[in-house]
Order: sequence, then structure tokens, then C-alpha cells
Amino acid sequence: MARDGGVSCLRRSEMMSVGGIGGIESAPLDLDEVHVLAVDDSLVDRIVIERLLRITSCKVTAVDSGWRALEFLGLDNEKASAEFDRLKVDLIITDYCMPGMTGYELLKKIKESSNFREVPVVIMSSENVLTRIDRCLEEGAQDFLLKPVKLADVKRLRSHLTKDVKLSNGNKRKLPEDSSSVNSSLPPPSPPLTISPESSPPLTVSTESSDSSPPLSPVEIFSTSPLSSPIDDEDDDVLTSSSEESPIRRQKMRSPGLD
Amino acid sequence: MDALIAQLQRQFRDYTISLYQQGFLDDQFTELKKLQDDGSPDFVAEVLTLFFEDCVKLISNMARALDKTTGAVDFSQVGASVHQLKGSSSSVGAKRVKALCVSFKEYCEAKNYEGCVRCLQQVDIEYKALKTKLQDMFNLEKQIIQAGGIVPQVDIN
Repeated sequence: MARDGGVSCLRRSEMMSVGGIGGIESAPLDLDEVHVLAVDDSLVDRIVIERLLRITSCKVTAVDSGWRALEFLGLDNEKASAEFDRLKVDLIITDYCMPGMTGYELLKKIKESSNFREVPVVIMSSENVLTRIDRCLEEGAQDFLLKPVKLADVKRLRSHLTKDVKLSNGNKRKLPEDSSSVNSSLPPPSPPLTISPESSPPLTVSTESSDSSPPLSPVEIFSTSPLSSPIDDEDDDVLTSSSEESPIRRQKMRSPGLD
Repeated sequence: MDALIAQLQRQFRDYTISLYQQGFLDDQFTELKKLQDDGSPDFVAEVLTLFFEDCVKLISNMARALDKTTGAVDFSQVGASVHQLKGSSSSVGAKRVKALCVSFKEYCEAKNYEGCVRCLQQVDIEYKALKTKLQDMFNLEKQIIQAGGIVPQVDIN
């Protein structure tokens, strides 16, 4: 575990040498090996997210700040990032509220970089603030997870990562033609949560966005789900309801009735 | 030995259920248990240990920030620590602690000194109470294993 917030590097060259031992082709790494960079200033949350990712067969590098993340990615200075072009990062998952650099600011920097702008970035937050979610998705975030993050959330993320975007299997939400199959192509729900004293029934959308509504990007369109609860304020206590039956929970709700 | 194991398992089950019923734990704790396996048999205990260490640190920060003798109280500083505690308590399923943090945060925002001080005292009591309860729960687990049994999965319903 990255308890000291330091970086446990896992560069492509290292991975390749591991793979080479068994006489495996020196070509690209095992495609099932997903490498995730997790960013969170809370030690407890880092440990939990790391475990969640490891249990879903991801390799994890966990850092405690946006700056460390940029440092790890080689984006923290102006020098040519040639040496980093072999760094394989398949997903970046970051907390939103962090001292110094927020997850949003980190997201922007990643999207501005030529090496990493294609890497999906997922934002985590303890607060279900629609404007915040909007902003992140508009800036190119792949997904927005409400904390506390659950195994079902990570499994869902994971299932998207192992599918080649070229295959139209309905799981990659960025494929427009799969919009109608977003719900049906979800991974099977985890065993039912047996305790949910605060469980609220899945709500249909009735959100009033306090901002103006810019045109929806493909990610936003396919983030809509009738199952998530678009509570606009900081009232996140009701959001500890069972999530197993709503794997697309907490995604930004935009247009009521959009299915 | 079987009778002993069965008895311990019953005790464990009842105790665990009571912790949920009394609001000490919520479904996020259940989530943490899912992450525990033979490869990481002490995962939950490890995370909770870190959480309690976090409590000590953050509560001390809050106390310092609420200390009037050092000058005017910086409520945003108190709020920052409360926010962190709220986050970690949420992540481990420490339901009561988290609920207190919600109220605490409101008092910070309202710059209500008495309210903050009350919350600070309560949060201190609450995390310690949870710590004691969980220690008892982990002890029961240990006893079951030492008696040669396995710790049952508890269905909270």
C-alpha cells in the first residue's frame, strides 16, 4: 500500500521484463493488466480505492495529491516527456476535493497533455453537486462516482476498460449507437445489499439544473439513467442507499425522460 | 469444540447485527467486508485502525483550531478537518461519526462556537465508542478462528 503517499511506479519497461520471463511475446503488455493511477489526499480512501481496484485485477499506483499525480505522469515540468511515453496508464481516478490542486484542475491538466488526454479520468466526490458533476463531465471526465465508492462502481469501471472501443459491444458508453443498450449491457448486479436502512427507491429524474444547459456531449448523453438520484445539494446522507440495483448511479442527470 | 464454535458464531452474528441496528455501522462497512479474503484476511481491521488514527489526528486539529486562547477561531480550518473526517468515516461505514460530522460541518459554516465545541466532544466520544465495539467484534472473530471455526457471513436484514 502506498501509505506514505509516495509513488509506486510501474513503468512499461518493468512490466515487460516481468512478462518476458515466461517467454511471452515482448509485444504489448498483457491487455488484461489495467494500470490505474489513483489520486486521493485521504489515506483511508487511498487504501480502500487501492483495494477495490486490486480486487478487480488492476495494478494500482496511489498518490496523495494532484501534484504527485502530475509528477508520476511526467507532466509536472516543461522537459520533453519522451522518457514517459512508455508509461502505461489506463485509467486515472481522482478525488475532487483535495488541498492544493483539485481533481478538476488535475483533470484539466491531463486533458491538456498530448500523452495522456486519451486516458479516461474518473472523478470521485462525497458531494453530489450537479454543477460540479457537469463541469467535470464537460471537461472530459469519463465518469463521476459518488463516495463512498463501492465494489459495484469499480467493477463497472473495470468492465469498460477491458473492452476495446472498436468493438461495438454496448459497454463503451462513448459509442453513440449503443445509447439504447447502456442499461441492458451492464454487468450483472452484485449480491443484493442486505442492509439498507436508508434505502430510497430508484427515482426517475426530475432535476433542475441551476446552470444553463449547453449541448450534451456523448459522454453526458450516455450518463443519463433513470436510476440515479439527482439531489442537488450537499445532502449526501441519503445517498448511502443501496447501489447494487443502480450501477449507473450518481451519473449526471440531464434530461428527464432521456432513456 | 463444535458447541463452543456454534456459540461464538451466534454471539458474533448477534453482536454484528446489533452494531448495524444501533446505527454504529452502515452498508459501507458491509462493502469493506467484501474486500476481505484469504489473501487479505485483516483488511477491515487494518482500514479501521487507520481510520481511528485519522480520528485522533483530525480531532486534535479541530481542538486546536477551536482553541480561543491562541486567537480568533478559524472556522474554515475546523471545517476542513471536519470535512476530512466526514469523508473517511463515510468510507468505512462509521455511520454515527459521519452523521455527527454533518452537523459539525453546519456549525462550522454558521460559525457557531458552542455548537462546534459540542460536536467536537460528541465526535470524540463516538469514535471511541465505535472503536471499543469493533474491538469486541474483532475479538469474537479471533476466538472463533482459534476455536477452529470460520467467521460467518452475517446477513443484515
